[in-house]
Amino acid sequence: MIEIQNIHKSFGDNHVLNGIDATFEPGKVSLIIGGSGSGKSTLLKCIVGLHEPEEGHVFFDAQEFTVMNADERVSIRREIGMLFQNSALFDSMTVEQNIVFALDMFTDMSRKEKLERANFCLDRVNLKDTNKLYPSELSGGMKKRVGIARAISMSPKYLFCDEPNSGLDPATAILIDELIQELTEEYQCTTIVVTHDMNSVMGIGDYILFLYKGMKFWEGSNKDMLQSDVQELNDFVFASPLMKAARSTIK
Amino acid sequence: MIFHHFGKYVLLLRSVFRRPEKWKIYLKEIFHEMNEIGIGSLGLILIISTFIGAVMTLQIAFQLVSDLIPSTVIGQINRDSNILELGPTISALVLMGKVGSSISSQIGSMRVTEQIDALEIMGVNAPGYLILPKIVAGIIMMPVLVIIAIFCAICGGLIGGAMSGAVAPNDYIQGIQGGFNGFTIVVALVKAFIFGFIITSVPAYKGFYVRGGALEVGQAGTQAVVIGCIAILACDYIITALML
Repeated sequence: MIEIQNIHKSFGDNHVLNGIDATFEPGKVSLIIGGSGSGKSTLLKCIVGLHEPEEGHVFFDAQEFTVMNADERVSIRREIGMLFQNSALFDSMTVEQNIVFALDMFTDMSRKEKLERANFCLDRVNLKDTNKLYPSELSGGMKKRVGIARAISMSPKYLFCDEPNSGLDPATAILIDELIQELTEEYQCTTIVVTHDMNSVMGIGDYILFLYKGMKFWEGSNKDMLQSDVQELNDFVFASPLMKAARSTIK
Repeated sequence: MIFHHFGKYVLLLRSVFRRPEKWKIYLKEIFHEMNEIGIGSLGLILIISTFIGAVMTLQIAFQLVSDLIPSTVIGQINRDSNILELGPTISALVLMGKVGSSISSQIGSMRVTEQIDALEIMGVNAPGYLILPKIVAGIIMMPVLVIIAIFCAICGGLIGGAMSGAVAPNDYIQGIQGGFNGFTIVVALVKAFIFGFIITSVPAYKGFYVRGGALEVGQAGTQAVVIGCIAILACDYIITALML
């Protein structure tokens, strides 16, 4: 479980996050949604420690992450898997080397065991026989899947995804969503996804945290969201004609 | 502003020299970087130092137009100039352009494409993994390259002098053998060691803290080369003043 309390973050005079509280349960996919510039990615980076919040606390299973020093954080970080918006695969390494990198660095597994693990992870994301390809030889969807394979290589307890569907066609986006949901159930990990893709929200949103101008404006499940009367949330979620039609059909 | 950057640079170096997660992986990276920095720059160093040696011989011969000065002095001046100044400093300035801009853009690209964030999320000490192998390779390979540069410059002087007729080969060889002080080689190697550190660490710092996109990565590369060249020249003066 991940718990955040009163997170504040600003860049100069720009206050990006203003006192965010939330609890993210294990075995569930939690989504952070909001318009551009609402502070979604900043909040995610504050949780994983890539940004330091000015105020507030982040707890990973009751261990306070915000007060830990760099060495203490390493033990938590080895249990984190993260999929970045642009995949962030290491350009100079093949797909296989990307996946075994963390295993090389932190485990004493034999070469055979590491290769088996890499093949298992690639198989899990439906990317067999891509071991020797470089990231530049992969499509956007394949890069995302390799990113997920790398994120799960160490069997993470916490999985973070920053806009996993950006730049993907709808069919591939649904595949990625399904994969995130399956892996969350399989590893019983605490999964936090930053997105503004409404298909993801309606498809995999067990818990949704809506940010508006750096503040927590609403939280609940995707089913609760359909009944919500919060104007800012409705303006964001039901902005497209398709979502408006879907809502009126359900109502 | 300068103190702010210097402080950040020192703090980055503190992270760089933290205990590696796994020595085996770092050693592999060090050998890879030694190949990139050392072998990859060998051709350039050979060509530049040979021509510098040849040109130096001609210019010394041009300026020493006197029956009272033996032509063996040309070889002697060329040798000492190359060992003490031209070999280490010109090689360092050239490598700052080649290796420095490459290191800055490589690390800068990794920063803007979130690859450094990915390393940190995994629990890897990103400054250590990315920068330490480059610094170690730089301070090992730079003295090797400087010794090669000095040898090529002296040989270049012989060839240039002989081809132009500025100095007879026998006089030149006699000159480079006379009055040799071994301490000059120590000074050259100390310079090479320090320059190797600057060539790798300054661009790594500029690349590591780059913000933005491709444009900023390019600007960081240019700044790294400019700052690195100034640092090399300043250190050149300080080492010379302290050791000679």
